[in-house]
Amino acid sequence: MSWFLDNVDYVRELFVRHAWISVVSTLIGFALALPVGWYANRHPRLGGVSVTGFGVLYTIPSIALFILLPGILGTGFLSVTNVIIALSVYAAAVMVRTASDAFGSVSPAVLDAATAAGFSTSQRVFRVELPLAGPVLLAGLRVVSVSTVSMLSVASLIGVSNLGSLFTDGFRRDFLTEIVIGIIGIVVLAVVLDLLLNLAGRLLMPWASAQRTAVRPGAASKIAVKARGA
Amino acid sequence: MSVVSDTIDWLTDPINRTGPDGFVHRLVEHLGYTAETIAIAAVIAIPIGLWIGHTGRFRSAAVAITGAFRALPTLGLLIMIVLFLGIGLTPTLIALTVLAVPPLLAGAYSGLESVDRQTIDAARAMGMTELQILRKVEIPLALPIIVGGFRSAVLQVVATATVAAYVGLGGLGRYLIDGQAISDYAQMAGGSVLVIALALVLDALFASLQVAATRRRPAAQPSAA
Repeated sequence: MSWFLDNVDYVRELFVRHAWISVVSTLIGFALALPVGWYANRHPRLGGVSVTGFGVLYTIPSIALFILLPGILGTGFLSVTNVIIALSVYAAAVMVRTASDAFGSVSPAVLDAATAAGFSTSQRVFRVELPLAGPVLLAGLRVVSVSTVSMLSVASLIGVSNLGSLFTDGFRRDFLTEIVIGIIGIVVLAVVLDLLLNLAGRLLMPWASAQRTAVRPGAASKIAVKARGA
Repeated sequence: MSVVSDTIDWLTDPINRTGPDGFVHRLVEHLGYTAETIAIAAVIAIPIGLWIGHTGRFRSAAVAITGAFRALPTLGLLIMIVLFLGIGLTPTLIALTVLAVPPLLAGAYSGLESVDRQTIDAARAMGMTELQILRKVEIPLALPIIVGGFRSAVLQVVATATVAAYVGLGGLGRYLIDGQAISDYAQMAGGSVLVIALALVLDALFASLQVAATRRRPAAQPSAA
């Protein structure tokens, strides 16, 4: 406890850094996954290939991607850009499948009705499909946000600082307190981001919280079985 | 692209292939850790998961625990357990086992949950005992999801065993950690390529097992009706 009080500024600095890297990566991954998932749902044959392709990316252990990306991209080894790109790839890898499922959960009759009512394709996408797919998308985004926060800590092994630096530093100094504080910091951040996402969901989709069952229970547990933190 | 050619040189140099530091040995080590921890974790997680899935008892607790585990950073948990139990092979393997339990548990109980209640009621009405229902109805129908749990657990352990080289574990992670210590990027990249290859091969293996489990399901066979 006294260590925490002595180092509160350092921990806060790492926390803020951890937060922005996670948020930026999650959002990039989400933005990347939405069109791919939408396309995959519309064109199952070609889309299935892209869903599988993104799924394969997810099997790559994160440390390997953190190490390989600088070599492939030519960015500096300690550059935070590598880490953001790698985490965005993972976020997109999980999110593409969820997005495809989410758009698939929109009833075709509703889409036909929208077309009959004179909606153009883009109007239909933004004003009908996206809001109706929203609850499933949000469920996926919450899983991705948590695993991104956890996965970022691995980047401390290659020297990119974040809350995970407390783990490597604590290990070098054989100091359990520092590690426990790192874990608490990461869990707190994950919970805070999850609450914020939940709140955003309530504000943007007030109808969804009234009928939570709209999210197929299978969809969420399928993502849960898959999520991984290293 | 000297980085790429250096990496290819490293991977094809016979010196890096054989001996105790060679990647054949490291690969076998990595597979050994994975098999060992998955086996022990399965002995713990599968019976509990099947019991929770069959009875429906403690389901919300299991969901909460497996969900909370997802928020815990694996690297932090690994280092914490290793520091707590002492540095060495056994504590590291214990930490890996702990990390493999949640996905196996989730696979087992959510697999059983996915089985149609009417099918189970029909089996019970036909006079099957609870154990028969579990063995002959629930497990065969839930098998693809249970195998899915194994699939994510294996990936989890392969990835975490790699970072566990940081706390002294052998296996392919050695190249990533040792290469960094001496600023040998070719070694780090070569090791990363091997880890990725291992993960992809294992994932493909479990994916085909999942397909086989789905095909074997009684429901997938042509019915008399």
